[in-house]
Amino acid sequence: MKPVSLVGVFAHFDELMEALQKVKEKKPERLVVYSPVPHHKLEEILEPKPSPVRYFALAGALTGLFGGFGLAIWSSLKWGLITGGKPIVSIPPFIVVGFELTILFGALATLVGLILTHQFPAYKIPGTYDARFSVDRFGLAVRVSQEQRNEFEAILKSAGAEEVHVR
Amino acid sequence: MKTTDLTYSEVNSLVLRMLEPPRKAYFGILFFLLSVVGIGVTAWAYQIFRGMGVTGLNNPVGWGVYITDFVFWVGIAHSGTLISAILYLFRARWRTSIYRSAEAMTVFAVLTAGLFPLIHLGRVWLFYWLFPYPNQRFLWPNFRSPLILDVLAVSTYLTVSSVFFFIGLLPDIAAARDQATGWRKKVYAVLSLGWKGTHRLWHHYGAAYLFFAALATPLVISVHSVVSWDFALSIIPGWHSTIFAPYFVAGAIHSGLAMVLTILIPLRKIFKVEKLITLDNLEAMAKMIILTGLIVGYAYATEFFIAWYSGNQYEYEIFRWRATGDYAAEYWIMVVFNSLIPLLFFVKRIRRSVAWLFALGILINIGMWFERYVIIVTSLAHDFLPYAWGHYKPSLVEFAITLGSFGWFFLLFFSFAKFLPAISIAETKELLPLPVKRGGKRG
Repeated sequence: MKPVSLVGVFAHFDELMEALQKVKEKKPERLVVYSPVPHHKLEEILEPKPSPVRYFALAGALTGLFGGFGLAIWSSLKWGLITGGKPIVSIPPFIVVGFELTILFGALATLVGLILTHQFPAYKIPGTYDARFSVDRFGLAVRVSQEQRNEFEAILKSAGAEEVHVR
Repeated sequence: MKTTDLTYSEVNSLVLRMLEPPRKAYFGILFFLLSVVGIGVTAWAYQIFRGMGVTGLNNPVGWGVYITDFVFWVGIAHSGTLISAILYLFRARWRTSIYRSAEAMTVFAVLTAGLFPLIHLGRVWLFYWLFPYPNQRFLWPNFRSPLILDVLAVSTYLTVSSVFFFIGLLPDIAAARDQATGWRKKVYAVLSLGWKGTHRLWHHYGAAYLFFAALATPLVISVHSVVSWDFALSIIPGWHSTIFAPYFVAGAIHSGLAMVLTILIPLRKIFKVEKLITLDNLEAMAKMIILTGLIVGYAYATEFFIAWYSGNQYEYEIFRWRATGDYAAEYWIMVVFNSLIPLLFFVKRIRRSVAWLFALGILINIGMWFERYVIIVTSLAHDFLPYAWGHYKPSLVEFAITLGSFGWFFLLFFSFAKFLPAISIAETKELLPLPVKRGGKRG
């Protein structure tokens, strides 16, 4: 039988956390928490590993650093005109080029990292989403088999869900 | 009432109420700002058609009001990043309700600043020569030149601050999407990139946001340092100074904070968000202005001290002339408005009075514009050889373009405040106590 999605709507964070603990022990097929604010407790339980976005930031920053110095040195050597009595390869001004490109590429790569890790843009709004989740309600959505449906519904309600919907 | 007394839904409704369809007065102001922009555009078109002779620029003063405007607007941008990134890393909670507007101000101020090198170029259609790109002439920009470093710094700043601004907006655009109807809902849906506030999204978003803040922090310090080196790396007396980088950065933040006051005080009144942008927030900015004002005042004094103590007659002469010569009025406006007037904020009654904050904010903005004018114009007008000295007086075209730039900046901000959430909904909620059933209150 086709699995079903259940979503519990919570007004209080402590009730959400209680439901989350119980639901997680039962290992549903899929578990999503919707929240109007970020909270470190949610991250500790659901996403304990650091985000891979940091690797993108590092890779971008290093590309920018070497790219910046590389571009300045290579292009200066291509046209070896002495200006201001400075050496053709003048490291002090090239630090600025390296620095700015480190920041530029680091930031753009972080953006790319965010887009890739979360498949942005994702315009399809899932059936379990509720407009109140961007205001003052928390949502706990699970995908479970038909047999488990009643059990999960009971967990959500007993923890204090105001409403439980089947999608 | 404090911000922390609000509930989650009250925060949503207070902020999203700002986005309700505008009234007639809004269109009136919009029309006025568009007219001011029109004056600037007309003047620029006239300058392009007639050539740079329509400005007051000539030998020996080749940099005048346009470069003053450029440095002024880049400076205005700085406090936005200070508030959004640096104070974020320091976990300064008072920044929450004001950082969005400050960040928007950053993006719009850099967009305004970026116009001035183009206006100053004369042959604006050749602006792309500034960028490093492969071309059939095998020519590359001179990376030893501070002007090219400036192009890199300012364009990086515009890109990074725009990305930071847009990413910060995502949860709030989603909140606007969830409340809106009709065509607005469709536009917000596209702009929100499909934000749904899932735990995974908050996790990656939090990490990315921290990196953006960490990258923007050294960037903001570097940008005005690089702008200062446009001057300091030359050998002109009054420009050739090692204190220019910190002096310019402090001045930039000084003017930017004053502009935040100039913008936020009418904003909180018009949109009735005094509960979110509180007097405490404004007072905190006034305290920051005391600090930056003291640094700027110290830099003014240090310049004089070095001019005297170095024994360099050219350096001494330019500072003597700045304070007593043809531009003495501009010089004393700069000193009084930037370093003495901010000291009034030591008086608690003044820094907690909205009228005083607004008035002093405007005076500091005027003072900071004159600071750049004095630095740029006086040094060029009065360098080494008395034979080469000259005088610069801005033309009507330069005034019109400067006026137009103010219209353009306020037009961008005015449109933004009506279309996108000008106060962060998600971050304001983080300030409030979590809605918990046991021993807490409802959200």
